[in-house]
Amino acid sequence: MILGKTVRTLGEAARALGLYSVAAMAFSSTLAVSSAIAAPAASAVVPAPVASYTPLKPTPGIGMPVEGGIGLQQQFSKLGEYGEWIHDGVLMPIITVITLFVLLLIVIIAVRYNRRANPVASKTSHNTILEVVWTLVPVLVLIGIAVPSIDLIAKQYKPAPKGALTIKVTGNQWFWTYGYPDNGDFEVVSNMLNLPGQPIINNGVREVGSKPWDGPSHLEVDNRMVVPVGEPIRLQITAADVIHSFAVPSLWFKLDAVPGRINEKVLLVEKPGVYYGQCSELCGAKHGYMPIAVEALPRAQYDAWVLTHAGGVIDGQAKPAAAAAAAAPAMSPGAVATAEATEASASEATAAAE
Amino acid sequence: MATTVPEHFQGHADHHGHADHDHKPSFFARWFMSTNHKDIGTMYLIFAIFAGIIGGAFSGMMRIELAEPGIQYLDIFARWFGATNPDFNSTLHVWNVLITAHGLIMVFFMVMPAMIGGFGNWFVPLMIGAPDMAFPRMNNISFWLTVAGFISLLCSAFVPGGTGLGAGTGWTVYAPLSTTGSPGPAVDFGIFALHLAGAGSIMGAINFITTIFNMRAPGMTMHKMPLFVWSVLVTAFLLLLSLPVLAAAITMLLTDRNFGTTFFDPSGGGDPVLYQHLFWFFGHPEVYIMILPGFGIISQIVSTFSKKPVFGYLGMAYAMVAIGVVGFIVWAHHMYATGMSVNTKMYFTAATMVIAVPTGIKIFSWIATMWGGSVEFKSPMVWAIGFIFLFTVGGVTGVVLANGGVDDVLHDTYYVVAHFHYVLSLGAVTALFAGFYYWFPKMSGRMHSEFLAHVHFWIFFIGVNMIFFPMHFLGLQGMPRRYPDYAEAYQHWNHVATIGYMVMATSLVVWLINMLYAFTAGRKAEDSYWGEGATTLEWTLTSPPPFHQFETLPVIEEAAHH
Repeated sequence: MILGKTVRTLGEAARALGLYSVAAMAFSSTLAVSSAIAAPAASAVVPAPVASYTPLKPTPGIGMPVEGGIGLQQQFSKLGEYGEWIHDGVLMPIITVITLFVLLLIVIIAVRYNRRANPVASKTSHNTILEVVWTLVPVLVLIGIAVPSIDLIAKQYKPAPKGALTIKVTGNQWFWTYGYPDNGDFEVVSNMLNLPGQPIINNGVREVGSKPWDGPSHLEVDNRMVVPVGEPIRLQITAADVIHSFAVPSLWFKLDAVPGRINEKVLLVEKPGVYYGQCSELCGAKHGYMPIAVEALPRAQYDAWVLTHAGGVIDGQAKPAAAAAAAAPAMSPGAVATAEATEASASEATAAAE
Repeated sequence: MATTVPEHFQGHADHHGHADHDHKPSFFARWFMSTNHKDIGTMYLIFAIFAGIIGGAFSGMMRIELAEPGIQYLDIFARWFGATNPDFNSTLHVWNVLITAHGLIMVFFMVMPAMIGGFGNWFVPLMIGAPDMAFPRMNNISFWLTVAGFISLLCSAFVPGGTGLGAGTGWTVYAPLSTTGSPGPAVDFGIFALHLAGAGSIMGAINFITTIFNMRAPGMTMHKMPLFVWSVLVTAFLLLLSLPVLAAAITMLLTDRNFGTTFFDPSGGGDPVLYQHLFWFFGHPEVYIMILPGFGIISQIVSTFSKKPVFGYLGMAYAMVAIGVVGFIVWAHHMYATGMSVNTKMYFTAATMVIAVPTGIKIFSWIATMWGGSVEFKSPMVWAIGFIFLFTVGGVTGVVLANGGVDDVLHDTYYVVAHFHYVLSLGAVTALFAGFYYWFPKMSGRMHSEFLAHVHFWIFFIGVNMIFFPMHFLGLQGMPRRYPDYAEAYQHWNHVATIGYMVMATSLVVWLINMLYAFTAGRKAEDSYWGEGATTLEWTLTSPPPFHQFETLPVIEEAAHH
């Protein structure tokens, strides 16, 4: 464990210096170590019978920030891994080299062209070739960055396949609600857990650390957003009052929750685990106290979790008539705006498909 | 640039010296009804220093709260603002008031007044050989509108603004948090502050454009103007074209708040994202408004202390024009997370990266200006070189953030805070101090202590890097902006940043001591105290310049080359 941490720190230090091959080696070994840590936690959950559900205990350092960390959080989605490569493998080396190059030139000037070393200044004030070079080279570098970057954007807009599970995320002052229209349309209200020794943030919510599966303070919630692992999920994000932003760094996910709009994006979590995020658009007094916890579970456990909710039905099974009728006319008072927004997001999805 | 200074002109100050005193109005008329560009410039600088101290104190209050997780000081701060027995929500509201006030003060009442109102007013007329600004009375009202705006903003901190006292909307004033989300007069006061400051800036911009186009001395063609004048010209155009859009956006906020319109309210057919488009159509040019005059100042300083003309003068001038033009078509890179269409996101990614090209031209041209020079490391030059390096760091992280796909993880995190403080707090402010040390003796007639100026630089340089470099790490680790409290994993780098703030604050004490020294014991400044490298027109005048200069216009020689 200590070894793993040391290796990871080394790897991050190397990344910061732009030494990517070294970092990659350090990282692959860290991955091995961390998956070894994660294994017992996962195996403890797997044999659980379908009918019972206990919240997953998060793995320290996974899906959350690490103390003193200097790089991106470890990624658990395909897009995240691609984005991480663009940042760590393309952007960081380029900007590090540019910055060090400028620094080097400044040092050379300080040494060679100070008043004592060079008492008579040259009068050169033009050099066409030089000026063309320092215009064109940055252009080429930028094109080199733009190619993978534009590709990443294109991938982010791939619409969800037909039949993908839909989860509706709503930002509120100052908590999140998660609706599961494909599972009987129940709703989960998610509040941050109170902090020991601090004023009560959410009335009637327990303190962080009072249950064995609680993750870090400021990030853990009473009811997590539970999702099935390994399958594309259509997240539809909106807000009830002011603008919020649904963000989970380790899943490379950030999308604003805007009142009157539904923003849609695919989420695909690759490994079971708990992934923490925080509201990322200033939304008033308790903006800092509405974290997001995404718990990704294998399908069987996900179904078990669904059944713990009143009215919860397993995805794909016929819904009871009453529940279906209730789900059809959108239940919110802002139904008109929602319908408009759905249309807009549908046309946007079409544009993305083109 | 070679200049011919007629002998009678050079001798002007002595020749008519007796008359100068007669021209100066009495104290009240001179400082409260001023039409003299140098006096107005001085008032702008004093105002900017005053506002900067308040805005800087607010950032100190934020950094001490962020030194460790949990809420420790906000309750005390709430009482300072006049809250009695604040509940937890109004305690947290104070945080949002601090970030809002810090942003608005630093942008509208510190950097802009100092760069454009202060140095622009002082040195644009001097550098182009003009006796004053084109519209001296409009110049006066520009300044007092800015002061009025500042008072309005300060008032907002003491009236209700929703969950607590003061406007807690962030400097961006996004709807609907700023409309339905913030009942009470605080946000109205804040919006009114922007209206006043904006009106003042628009008038200032008109004044500068007219002055630069019409009042250049004989022979001072556009392509002979010092780069600082070019930078103010481009900035004035940015102000003129972008501020009306802000005015429109915040006026719509006012009517949404008070008169039942629904421009930004979906329940009445409006759209909150529309506000963001309007705001950033102003807001992105605004960031260039804050840095372009800095570019101009750095160009003058680098040339002076390298004893060389600026390398690639035309490239430098038109790079600023290009930055200004492209700056108008990249605004939505502030909005990558709002849910824009794929083509829009790709366009704004590509367009934003284009800005790196003219910015690169500027960095490399400054380096080429120093290359082969006989560089003297006087205090303004040390600050200027510090600027070049720090601005490079801030610039390259801008290239990272330009990528819409990467922004998905960095948007609204401390990485963004680090980026824009590297270009503003470490860029624009460093340029301001460079300009200050460069021109302070010219403005005051007294030399500052070079030793203290160097000490100031090094402590400041270490301090600001300690504050803002770790913020890159926090952002990469996912810490969101505008948070008064955070998970324990973020403690380490936050703690380092707070120590950095104390280091930086110490450097400002050194600066104030230096000012005290200059005014009490500083020796008298010569006309051209930086020596042979200083070639622009202000160095042909006395220090301080006569109350009215260039009554006989200087003539700039034809054969001058850059």
